[in-house]
Amino acid sequence: MSGRPSAWRLLTQNGVVAFGLALLGVMVLIVLLAPVLPLLDPNVTDVAHRLKPPLYPGHWLGTDQVGRDILSRLIWGTRLSLVVGLTAALVAAAIGSAIGLSSAFYGGLADTLLMRGIDMLMAFPYLLLALAIVAALGPGLFNAMMAIIVVNIPFFARGVRGGTLSVVNADFMAAARLSGLSDWQIIATELFPNVLPGIVIGVSTTVGWMILETAGLSFLGLGAQPPQADLGGMLGEGRNLIQVAPHVATIPGIVILLLAVGINLVGDGLRDVLDPKLKSGGLARTHARTAAASSEARRAGLQPAGDAARQPLAVRGLHTQFTVGRNVYKAVGGVSFTVKPGEAVGLVGESGSGKTVTALSIAGLVATPPGKITRGEILHHGEDLVDVPMQRLQAVRGGTIAYVFQDPLTTLNPLIPVGEQVAETIRRHQNLPRAEAWRKAVALLESVRLPDAANRARSYPHEFSGGQRQRIGIAMALANNPEVIVADEPTTALDVTTQAQVLALLNDLRRERNAALVFISHDVGVIAELCDTVHVMYGGKVVESGPVAAVLQTPAHPYTQRLLACVPVLGNPERKIEPIPGLPPATNALPEGCAFAPRCHLAEARCSAAEIELAPVSADHFARCVRVAA
Amino acid sequence: MLNSYILRRLLLIVPVLFGVTVIVFLVISLVPGDPAKAILGTFATPDAVAQVRHDLGLDESLPVQYGIWLVNLLQGDFGRSYILHKPVIVEIGARLFPTLLLAGVALVLSSVVGILLGIIAAVRQNSWPDKVITVAVLVGISTPSFWLGILLIFWFGVRLAWLPVGGMQEMFGGGGVLDVARHMVLPACALAAVAGAVLVRLTRGAMLEVMRQDYVRTARAKGLPERRVIFVHAFRNALVGIIPVIGLEAGFVLGGAVYIETVFQWPGIGRMLVSAISTRDILLVQGGVLVIAVAYVIINLLADIAQSLLDPRIRAA
Repeated sequence: MSGRPSAWRLLTQNGVVAFGLALLGVMVLIVLLAPVLPLLDPNVTDVAHRLKPPLYPGHWLGTDQVGRDILSRLIWGTRLSLVVGLTAALVAAAIGSAIGLSSAFYGGLADTLLMRGIDMLMAFPYLLLALAIVAALGPGLFNAMMAIIVVNIPFFARGVRGGTLSVVNADFMAAARLSGLSDWQIIATELFPNVLPGIVIGVSTTVGWMILETAGLSFLGLGAQPPQADLGGMLGEGRNLIQVAPHVATIPGIVILLLAVGINLVGDGLRDVLDPKLKSGGLARTHARTAAASSEARRAGLQPAGDAARQPLAVRGLHTQFTVGRNVYKAVGGVSFTVKPGEAVGLVGESGSGKTVTALSIAGLVATPPGKITRGEILHHGEDLVDVPMQRLQAVRGGTIAYVFQDPLTTLNPLIPVGEQVAETIRRHQNLPRAEAWRKAVALLESVRLPDAANRARSYPHEFSGGQRQRIGIAMALANNPEVIVADEPTTALDVTTQAQVLALLNDLRRERNAALVFISHDVGVIAELCDTVHVMYGGKVVESGPVAAVLQTPAHPYTQRLLACVPVLGNPERKIEPIPGLPPATNALPEGCAFAPRCHLAEARCSAAEIELAPVSADHFARCVRVAA
Repeated sequence: MLNSYILRRLLLIVPVLFGVTVIVFLVISLVPGDPAKAILGTFATPDAVAQVRHDLGLDESLPVQYGIWLVNLLQGDFGRSYILHKPVIVEIGARLFPTLLLAGVALVLSSVVGILLGIIAAVRQNSWPDKVITVAVLVGISTPSFWLGILLIFWFGVRLAWLPVGGMQEMFGGGGVLDVARHMVLPACALAAVAGAVLVRLTRGAMLEVMRQDYVRTARAKGLPERRVIFVHAFRNALVGIIPVIGLEAGFVLGGAVYIETVFQWPGIGRMLVSAISTRDILLVQGGVLVIAVAYVIINLLADIAQSLLDPRIRAA
């Protein structure tokens, strides 16, 4: 691949945009050729042959009320509409951009005055402002165009000012100023190229409007004056003939429609190419649950569940992957672990190790698209959550398996009072009347030690501190006395002292209620404190697992050893902290064999030769390393 | 509930309205040539021109003219129409209600239908309903509303003759509400089409965006049924971004009313403006534009207030 494909190729690759381009191309070609095409004079009247229908001999599209050839008038009219629309768009863009650029560049009073002026113009419905201007200047195509230009200037001024402001304070701007460039040079060489794509998008999305607007003014008799006619003028003349000769008004309307369709398609395509962030088709809707391969495909090669089928949670051979374009990211590549009643299980690893995706896979919360569970099963008392009916999954979610998420600001709904968000969960699973559910929600908020819970329940998420929001998240998870709480880095977004309090609270409450915990963290210290069992993850696989004491005191896998070496120990400042060299592997290009081998100081040839199985270090302690297997 | 946000927003309307009057005044004052001659025609006697100039206050300086005009305005005196021979305020008063009624119905229609279709398109992304809606939206935003109006008259008024295309009675004392409603179906649809298409597009994008947010995942993690996830958790948040655009659409609809009123012979301000422009009845144009601009400002005020009632973060800001 040689970098980005050219803009032209990107444009024409998209079938819909290519259609728009072709449509527009043909129309532009025809109007450019108008002077040399064998057309009748558009203004020659022939009253004897007036209002002839389309396909009349000598007049392919028929004649109008004074016998003029509609085809000829149409092509010349389209030419006029295009020229006027394009000119208006370019002039409005030029003036508006100049205002926006200088307003943002010079700032201060000039900026304030210009923008207040723009605000005032925008306080009008803009067609009305255009009418007022035409009223002042008098009807006529040129005046109509002036009016359309004036009312569209604010749009460009605003947009370009915004775009300029975002670069005017950037580092390279400061560098340009320091290097002694004049204002004009800076505007021309640094600012303008940065805002140009925005201006092009603006023009391409407004040309269509401008053509419709000038056509509208002509339609009202305020634009092009007879006998000259643009498309709007032709429509206006045909309006009163709609009963006797509908084609006179219908045909120019169709041409305006096609012109606008072509322009809008190309405009959308241009926007997608120039500003991928705004790409209209780029967002895919997330589904209610994670997609999964068929149950036969998923269970192929799985051992019988045995004892695991009786546990509140057993993840068995889980593979979850994301397909983005042609890349397949194997975020989780065969993870298995069991959670016993009341047990605290930790998943630890660097970011990108697959621990969060594993956690979200449990209740089918991995976003689809692009996520998909391709292999393995999630047993909840022997029931495979990956393909239980949706209603059953929804009964489990928030009922017997509840989540506490990482960032409590984005995970709570900003528009709903927190008490209602807790009460909603209770009502969903316990079928209680509103008032009763509300009382329970307040009691829960009290149990997570939210001060003044009865009143604060009516507040919104943004009115709480980070630590308080996470307590609310915990209250929501506890609402229906779940058997399993899945906590995905619940304290990462909080400061250290708050972290400790929130963790202690979570642990106390879940012990009181005898709920099992699946705790995801990159922090080995927290796992040591909280968990009974730990699974160390790397490159989408569990590389070591066992009782917390055994794994952390006698780590068998080099990765675990290096991970522990990164942890500072309080009261032992002499201890050398050794970061692991290199980066975690990209999950779309995982190496053969051990994914850690490229970073491992003990790596040998056989590490990368074949898949390595988890091998017992002791009775309940396993590691995925050739040195253990040997 | 009058909270501090709404209070501040209400105060903010004063400078905006001031700006609107300045612009309306300036645009009309910048008429090239002598408005008095324009009003009276080329063959007017110098005395008559002088009289009209005095009536219009044209013999004063521009700021003084504006001051006098504004004071008169505040007392409900919009001047006299030289063509219709009656006070501008009387003519506008008679035509304001039909325009606001038509524009209001079209705005509500386009919002309800536009948002509903937008939600369907987003929730069933890439299904055939989504594709049909996407094509319809493209056609909708590319169709001139005045042409759509003509086509509606031709098909539903003339060919099928399902609905009347003219001859509406006075609402009060005439044909009553039903008569007005029957006459309003076609113009309201023609007027609503473009604004509705824009809203479908916006709603679809906003819903797709919101459905990816963490709080939607939380709602699903709580076990809420998908219907509740979509309408209570996702849609409410999408609506925060949609409401201000509905305010802007009011501008489209009020402006588009000029075309639609002309096509459907609707007795409103839009049609009045078109004929006033061709007869160069400057004061009537001035009054009409001003009244519609004020209506637009008020609708946007209401949209901002509605948005703040929905989103507690805006109230707090």
